[in-house]
Amino acid sequence: MVNKIADGPEAALADVRDGATVLVSGFGGAGVPEELIDALIAQGARDLTIVNNNAGNGEAGIAALFKARRIRKLICSYPRQVDSHHFQEAYRSGKVELEIVPQGTLSERLRAAGAGIGAFYTPTGFGTNLANGKETRIIGGKGHVLEYPLHGDFALVKAERGDRWGNLVYRKSARNYGPTMASAAKVTVAQVYETVELGKLDPECIVTPGIFVTRVVKVPRKARKIPAGGVTQGISGRAAA
Amino acid sequence: MSYAKLTREEIAKRIALDIPEGAYVNLGIGMPTLVGNHLPKEREVFLHSENGILGMGPAPAKGEEDADLINAGKEPVTLLTGGAFFHHTDSFAMMRGGHLDIAVLGAFQVSVSGDLANWHSGGDAIPAVGGAMDLAVGAKSVWVMMEHLTKEGRSKIVERCTYPLTGIGVVKRIYTDLAVVDVTPRGLVADRLVQGLSFDELQRVTGIPLVQSGNRAAA
Repeated sequence: MVNKIADGPEAALADVRDGATVLVSGFGGAGVPEELIDALIAQGARDLTIVNNNAGNGEAGIAALFKARRIRKLICSYPRQVDSHHFQEAYRSGKVELEIVPQGTLSERLRAAGAGIGAFYTPTGFGTNLANGKETRIIGGKGHVLEYPLHGDFALVKAERGDRWGNLVYRKSARNYGPTMASAAKVTVAQVYETVELGKLDPECIVTPGIFVTRVVKVPRKARKIPAGGVTQGISGRAAA
Repeated sequence: MSYAKLTREEIAKRIALDIPEGAYVNLGIGMPTLVGNHLPKEREVFLHSENGILGMGPAPAKGEEDADLINAGKEPVTLLTGGAFFHHTDSFAMMRGGHLDIAVLGAFQVSVSGDLANWHSGGDAIPAVGGAMDLAVGAKSVWVMMEHLTKEGRSKIVERCTYPLTGIGVVKRIYTDLAVVDVTPRGLVADRLVQGLSFDELQRVTGIPLVQSGNRAAA
C-alpha cells in the first residue's frame, strides 16, 4: 500500500542536506508552509538556496530562516517589503546572495524544470538590467531573453487537503506557486490541514496530482494574522461572492 | 490662467471610465489600485491579480478578511461571483501571453518612445521587480498612471529614461494629473488637459515636444 503521509514535519525533512536548493511556496503571507519551514530550521541544514516570491515577512517562515542564518542565496522576485527586516539585515551585511527574477520568469523557470524543458526565450526583461549577461535573440521582430529552468532538491508547499497518494487541493490565493514548485523538485513535501481518504478529493478538481508529491504532512490549523488593508477601498462596486 | 491638478482619485476615475465592459485588466500595486474604486457598477470588468485571481472584488468588510485571499499588494480582497482561482504559472501565462487587455501601472518615468521605468529607483535601494516586467511586455495595452511632475517639478515624461528600465517601447497611454498623453508613431499626443491649462503651458512643464490633439474637451 502506498502511503505518502509522513509522521510529521521533522520526519518529512530529515534528508535535506547542507547546500540544498529549496523551493518554498507562498506569496506574501498566503500559501507559506510555515510549519515545514520551522521544521527545516530545527533540522539544521545550512547554506541553503531558497526560491520564493518574497524574502520573508515579520518573524515567521522565511524570515525565521534568515534570522537563523541558514540561507546562502535567495532567488526571488520581490524582496522589498516593510517587514522583511531579517532579509534586509542579511543582505546589507553581505551575508546573502540575491538573484532577482521577474515574477513570471521565476514561475516559468520552475515550470520548465517540472516539464523537462531545457531553456526558453521570453520577451520579459529584454533591454533591462535583469537581462545583463544573458543570451538574447530577436524572434518575430521582438527581443527575447534566454532563461534556464530552476530545479529544486526539495519543494516545500502548502496545500489545504491531501490524500495518501499525494493528491492535493489548495485554498483561494494560497495556491500561488504550490502546483508549479511541486513539479520542479526531486522531493516535494506538502503540508496540509486535512488528510482525507482516497476518493474523497473530486478527481475533476484535483489541482496537483500525486505524481508530483513525495510526502504529505498534516499540520494543525492555527489563527492567522490578517494583513492590513491599504489603499483599496473597494475594487468594483459589485457584490462579492 | 490658473488650473488645478487632478487628485489621484480624479485620475483613477478618468482611467476607470475609459475601461470598456468585458475587459481583462490588471491594476498595478500602489496608485493604480485606486482605479478599482471608480469602475461603474453596471459595467462588468474582470480584474486580474497576479497571485492567481480573476474576478477580484472589493475589499472585505471588517472582520470578513481571509488571509488566503489577498491581492498583489498583499491586502485582503474578495472574489466576485463567477471569479476563479488558479496557480502562478497560469496567472503569468495570462499576463505574458497577451491575454490581458489593459495593465495600469505606476511609473517613475516614461520616455517619448514608450519606454517604462517603474521597478527600481536606482542607488542602493534593494531591487524588487515583482510582475512589472511581465505586465509591461505582455498586456495588450499598458496605461501608465502617474503625476506629471516630480516633487522637484521635473517632468516624468522624458526623452530617455534615466531610471532602470522595466520595458522598451511598451507604454501606449499616460494618465497624469495634467492631461492624457498617447504614445504614438507621430509623437506624444496630449489630450484632455485639465481645466484652465493651456497646451503651451503643458508643453513648457513637460519640456519635450508634444503634439496637440484635435479634441481638447475636458473629461
